[in-house]
Amino acid sequence: MADKLVGKDFTPVDVVAKVTGRAKYAEDFRAERMAFCKTLSSPMPHARIRSIDTSAATKVPGFLGILTADDVPQFPPPQPPILSKDEVLYVGHPILAVAAESEAAAAEAIEAIKIDFQQLPHVTDPLESLFPGGPNARSNGNVAAAQINLQTLKWEAADFAAAGDDKLPAGKPAEEWKYGDVDEGFKAAKLVIDESFVAGGFPHHSMETRSAFAYWEGSKCFLHGSNQSHTSAVPNISRFIGIPPEDLVFIAEFCGGGFGSKIPGYPNMAIAALMSKKIGRPVMHRISRAEEYAIGSARPSFQGRLKLGFAADGKILAADLYVVQETGPHQGAGDFRSAGNCLSMLYQPAAMRYRAVPVLTNTPPTGPQRGPGENQFVPIIEPIMDKVARELKLDRVAIRKINAPDSSSKIGSDRGPLTSAFIKEALDQGATMFNWEQKKARSGQRNGNKIIGVGVGQGYHSAGSNGFDGLLRITPDGKLHIHTGVGNLGTYSHSATARVAAELLNYNWDNAIIERGDSRRGLPWNSNQAGSLTASTQSRTMFVAATDMKAKLLDIAAQMLGGAAADYDLGDEKVVSKADASKSITYAQAAKKAMELGGKYTGKEVPNDINPVTKHGVTMIAGTGLIAVAKDNLPRVGITPGLTVSFAQVELDTETGKVDIKEMLCVADCGTVLHPLGLGHQIAGGNVMGIGLAHLERHVYDPKLGIPTTQSIEQSKPPTYLDVPAEIEWGAVDKPDPQNPVGVKGVGEPVQGSGAAAITSAIADALGGHLFNRTPVSLDMILNHLNKRPQAHKPLQINTV
Amino acid sequence: MPEHDQAPPCDIHREDAGTPESGSSTPQDIRATRRDFIKSVIASGVAVSAAGYVVVGRGGEAFAQAAGTVTRLVTLNVNGRDRPVDVLPNETLIHTLRYKLGLIGTKLGCDHAECGNCTVMLNDVASYSCTTLTHAVRGRKIVTIEGIEGPNGELHPVQKAMVQELGPQCGFCTSGQVVSAVALLKHNPKPTVEEARIAMSGNLCRCGAYDHYLKAVMRAAREA
Repeated sequence: MADKLVGKDFTPVDVVAKVTGRAKYAEDFRAERMAFCKTLSSPMPHARIRSIDTSAATKVPGFLGILTADDVPQFPPPQPPILSKDEVLYVGHPILAVAAESEAAAAEAIEAIKIDFQQLPHVTDPLESLFPGGPNARSNGNVAAAQINLQTLKWEAADFAAAGDDKLPAGKPAEEWKYGDVDEGFKAAKLVIDESFVAGGFPHHSMETRSAFAYWEGSKCFLHGSNQSHTSAVPNISRFIGIPPEDLVFIAEFCGGGFGSKIPGYPNMAIAALMSKKIGRPVMHRISRAEEYAIGSARPSFQGRLKLGFAADGKILAADLYVVQETGPHQGAGDFRSAGNCLSMLYQPAAMRYRAVPVLTNTPPTGPQRGPGENQFVPIIEPIMDKVARELKLDRVAIRKINAPDSSSKIGSDRGPLTSAFIKEALDQGATMFNWEQKKARSGQRNGNKIIGVGVGQGYHSAGSNGFDGLLRITPDGKLHIHTGVGNLGTYSHSATARVAAELLNYNWDNAIIERGDSRRGLPWNSNQAGSLTASTQSRTMFVAATDMKAKLLDIAAQMLGGAAADYDLGDEKVVSKADASKSITYAQAAKKAMELGGKYTGKEVPNDINPVTKHGVTMIAGTGLIAVAKDNLPRVGITPGLTVSFAQVELDTETGKVDIKEMLCVADCGTVLHPLGLGHQIAGGNVMGIGLAHLERHVYDPKLGIPTTQSIEQSKPPTYLDVPAEIEWGAVDKPDPQNPVGVKGVGEPVQGSGAAAITSAIADALGGHLFNRTPVSLDMILNHLNKRPQAHKPLQINTV
Repeated sequence: MPEHDQAPPCDIHREDAGTPESGSSTPQDIRATRRDFIKSVIASGVAVSAAGYVVVGRGGEAFAQAAGTVTRLVTLNVNGRDRPVDVLPNETLIHTLRYKLGLIGTKLGCDHAECGNCTVMLNDVASYSCTTLTHAVRGRKIVTIEGIEGPNGELHPVQKAMVQELGPQCGFCTSGQVVSAVALLKHNPKPTVEEARIAMSGNLCRCGAYDHYLKAVMRAAREA
């Protein structure tokens, strides 16, 4: 590519709306005759609903209607229901919704509803549920996940007895895989470590709660929601509402944070829509912070065990990982699975076994959160790698490089290929930027009551996909409209990737118009804005759509000026004859000609292989200009890894336990850099979230009552300005991925993992290599360790303060 | 580069954000004709009940507002203009701003003085509007994000710097961040990074955009 736009900074068009307060989020919309709804949710962690008496509620002045589980589509368990029917599974589980003239009246009506609950045994700790005779979070089972059927699984008492109190028992897994000869690897190892660990979960706590606003016009449902993806969510949201996707007009121009909790739409969105249909009025459903805690998703905790066998040179000969996941009451996400893949990816063990059990618990539903699985795992293993480096007398960066993947490496049980991996280069670049050789000499140095620690952490997430559609349009005024169906999570990648199309079409970026955020604008089927996918998938769709547009422009020029398409090339917003530069047509002229030609030129005919969502999107704009639409059929074989490395220097206060992060930097292997300012922003923000994961954020439950005690932001402790360094430096390897037409890979997820791991590594380093084997490493844990006091939590206990 | 700034036409769906400052009734008019007052104050023809929203829902449960609770007409000075508005005894300022005066740029993040998304200036001091009672701010100068731009819509130096440094990510906390930064620079035009960090620390950003926001504050201080 000419690189006029790719790799350069620009001002994304939506940033001005954000700094002026004009950006409109779902709850900022209003309509005449708007009614309000509130939900009634479970006060108990696990109970059967025996009866519901709504008679008094219907008499509250302003009452308009009630929506119960009988009024909404049902999905097979353990998929999350929109409203629960017979059994409630956690404190905050929505049961019914009431609409009224005012929100106050809806709340009053909710207060007047009487529900007779039969309390059932509840469980918040997976190991308790796996114990013989232990409680099940659902009456129909205690283990489930995607590709793992809902079932009841109990381990043997002997498994628990054999492990003792401080090791994870290794009972029957729900899934497992292996490659190589693991037993032989451990036998050949010079050093074997065997550590049990806890990686704590915590809420997503997006700043914008998942309020929704809906109304209907005939069969069409208009829904304003907070969602990080756009078109990829439409089929799912339509399913929740029970309408065909083409009847949903989804409006979501801005999303106030999602972090994985708002990827493909969510059940709560359907409440406003179905209530609106039921009462025949627009409905606003505001979600409070405490409700967001209950329904807004969380990262699942792990209880795990990691056994590693090392050769004298530091190479991992054998690895054995067991992960028990606290999944919450519904299907949850496959974090446990990603942890296994992460180990096989980042450390390339010669032989490996992976086992896991996702256990259902009566805690709020969990789901993917930025680097799901990988980011729980790396802050645990990285201090262990440090410990091994010390014992084998290796440099801590060197032991990572010895085990790190390169582009010829394989991943997972099926030993699949990678499209590219340059983490060794990232380690080198980061070590140079951080001045590792000099800094590492400061390990353990004391300054009064402060101890210095330096740490290094790595992060990984698969960061590429393919098969989505691109859609571009040139209107008769010559404007290039770049249609994009990804969401707006705040990465600015909707625009950064759109610049690929503008660049390929020699189009002045300032004249281009981004069409996004509203189904009526005609949006193509694009990937979730999640999983570090947007940069990779959208650079591909923009490439194929621009290729189609270019072919059509050349074709039209040949029709208008004679000769063949090959006789022409793209100039500055015009098509120019290669032989005679005076022979040209403008893009505006080409668009007008396209409208005479019709058919494939104006979207009246579209390729057969594009997604139905794209086909529907094209119908919105067909006939309005020259239209290019194509599916990304470009080849891509293997996993596309996004890889990052973070370095940190901390000062640990021995009197307060406070961890003061003095310096932090991060280097990314994310292929060709598309948008430096945006990339730096993701890297810094991800590392900030990593700081929270490493030593601040938590989920706490009263295990006896199953009641959450961290419902508010302050109690969950996401990082503030004062918890993080004022500046986080960053760099990028900037080596293109050969299987992306622009060379791009994603990077949104691993930055949090490497940041968290650098902090746990630095804390361990300050404490002479002490392994807590637990996140978050809280102040009291540090103080207890320094003062040789026992920790307040039991070894494998989760959701502790 | 322009982006569609208006959604395609849609009949029932009208937004009240565009003209927050157009209310022109005097208190005398209001006492005379209450219906007209509501129309003019809301200023865009949206007939949402003024008391439609619950004030401060705690612990996931909304406290019902007692039926027949008496509202009282007060005049607030918002963004340099006097705005007459009916206020409940327990009404918080963000409720009045967002749901009665249509100033939706101020965001409600937690409703518990934890996040700072709702930050406005009261007599030039950054304050959480979610835990400020509206009755308590009569006679004070209230400035919201809508009052930060210059009279002709030119961006404030803090806003310009936030654009240049790409301050926001998702943008939901940005209104509060901008207002806090403007308040800081009013009192301390040339802060050190450390002073800026402390002054901004009441504004949470879940995207972790602190680094870019701080760079923007320091740039605004340099270039203002």
